Amino acid sequence: MSILVIADHENGSLKAATLNVVSAAKAIGGDVEVLVVGENCGSAAEAAAKVEGVSKVLVADNAAYGHQLAENLSLLVADLGKGYSHIVASAGTTGKDFLPRVAALLDVAQISDIVAVESADTFKRPIYAGNAIATVQSSDSIKVITVRTTAFDPVAAEGGSAAVETVDSAQDAGNSAFVSAEIAKSDRPELTSATIVVSGGRGMQNGENFKMLEGIADKLGAAMGASRAAVDAGFVPNDMQVGQTGKIVAPNLYIAVGISGAIQHLAGMSGSKVIVAINKDEEAPIFQVADYGLVADLFEAVPELDAAL
Amino acid sequence: MKVLVAVKRVIDYNVKVRVKPDNTGVDLTNVKMAMNPFCEIAVEEAVRLKEKGVVSEIVVVSIGPKVAQEQVRTSLALGADRGILIETDEEVQALDVAKLLKAVVEKEQPNLVILGKQSIDSDNNQTGQMLAALTGMPQGTFASEVAVDGDKVNVTREIDGGLVTVALNMPAVVTTDLRLNEPRYASLPNIMKAKKKPLEMTSPADLSVELKPSLTTLKVEEPATRQAGIKVADVAELIDKLKNEAKVI
Repeated sequence: MSILVIADHENGSLKAATLNVVSAAKAIGGDVEVLVVGENCGSAAEAAAKVEGVSKVLVADNAAYGHQLAENLSLLVADLGKGYSHIVASAGTTGKDFLPRVAALLDVAQISDIVAVESADTFKRPIYAGNAIATVQSSDSIKVITVRTTAFDPVAAEGGSAAVETVDSAQDAGNSAFVSAEIAKSDRPELTSATIVVSGGRGMQNGENFKMLEGIADKLGAAMGASRAAVDAGFVPNDMQVGQTGKIVAPNLYIAVGISGAIQHLAGMSGSKVIVAINKDEEAPIFQVADYGLVADLFEAVPELDAAL
Repeated sequence: MKVLVAVKRVIDYNVKVRVKPDNTGVDLTNVKMAMNPFCEIAVEEAVRLKEKGVVSEIVVVSIGPKVAQEQVRTSLALGADRGILIETDEEVQALDVAKLLKAVVEKEQPNLVILGKQSIDSDNNQTGQMLAALTGMPQGTFASEVAVDGDKVNVTREIDGGLVTVALNMPAVVTTDLRLNEPRYASLPNIMKAKKKPLEMTSPADLSVELKPSLTTLKVEEPATRQAGIKVADVAELIDKLKNEAKVI
């Protein structure tokens, strides 16, 4: 049994999510090989070779894969993947985009967003926005899987010494092209991999007030998040959204400010180790999941917290 | 230009989901059903393209039991021209859904296929991508903007960390994200008119697709619930707890 992990990488560096996916692959059992596919991704491949528990790294470095276009990636991965028992990627927007295409090309099902490995063919995954957990068994010869990275502890980034093998391939479907990208720039850690997250909700009243949270986030080295209500109200951009329809986070500390705790939000953050809620409504559902609740007006409590840190 | 929109009948998003006591699934008896929210956005986008004069015909297709006609009729009331229901009482898994839709695509020859990015019951986020793979079409998933430009469609996609725009040769598949548009409500006159629009009934057998589910759900459970913790009196106590009890700052 051998498992092909598709690495997450950006600008030549390996993303932390890959360590969680390798961890999930190790839980399945068997040889773990990592494919780094992209353009100028050699340094990401070298980083992948050092990851604990990786037996081999394949690198497909070609302009055709430069913008991670699903049409091209899926042709390559379906081709290479035929020799493996499992093909695994993170359930980020890249994995969600190309991996179902791979599964269809191989005429097998995909098992999306797994949160636990029961055995080599049986997995747990959330359904109904996390309101139920299904245990699913696959009878396909190749299991194609996306992994909810927050559900698996990362393996060590160092300690391995896998061989790096070049895959000479340029699969270009020729029917799609990259036009432009608008990537939000931030000095703060990425939301899905941050150890502390500070999130604001509708209670923040406007986008300007989110600056109050930035002070706290900077002092704690935290990422900033928001509830869907805050995003829908136009306070902050949608890539900050934590919830079932946004990002799924599981930091060591999650601070929810002015967030009522709709089911959709809880589905995105209830895996956090410690949850703090600051809300003036003591009946707010967020307090039912919070380890520490502070019933207070956030416009008083937040500056006080900022000053005390 | 012709658009095909696929819609799914699911549990209404306002309904509290209850797991059956025998852990075989989610209890759907006497539960309100509705069109999947991402599918409503797909229908809305097609209707807007028609209102702009870009699209001339909207065909909507659904797969499911006979009662899923309701969701096809709703789409017709929202502005689709013609409906198709692939009737089956079986569970249809994503790959089989994609195969059924492929058969419809071959028959209808649409320039654009618009689907929701995922359904709020199975949360798979697969069907659009699988359909694109099986038909060899390019895909614009998690779309927040769709602009048809000659024989290409530019799709702005919501990705981790921002947005990316891709140009796809048509025919192409688009899957909708939340911010693509805000769906309208069907007006009463349009609901009445929709009753007269054509709705074709077909079946997997008619389309020569054999359903071959390869995933078996062994059990469905409630998620682990968190216990409510304590209320702290003030900010000072909160910081003390985080430092000395939880040790997270």
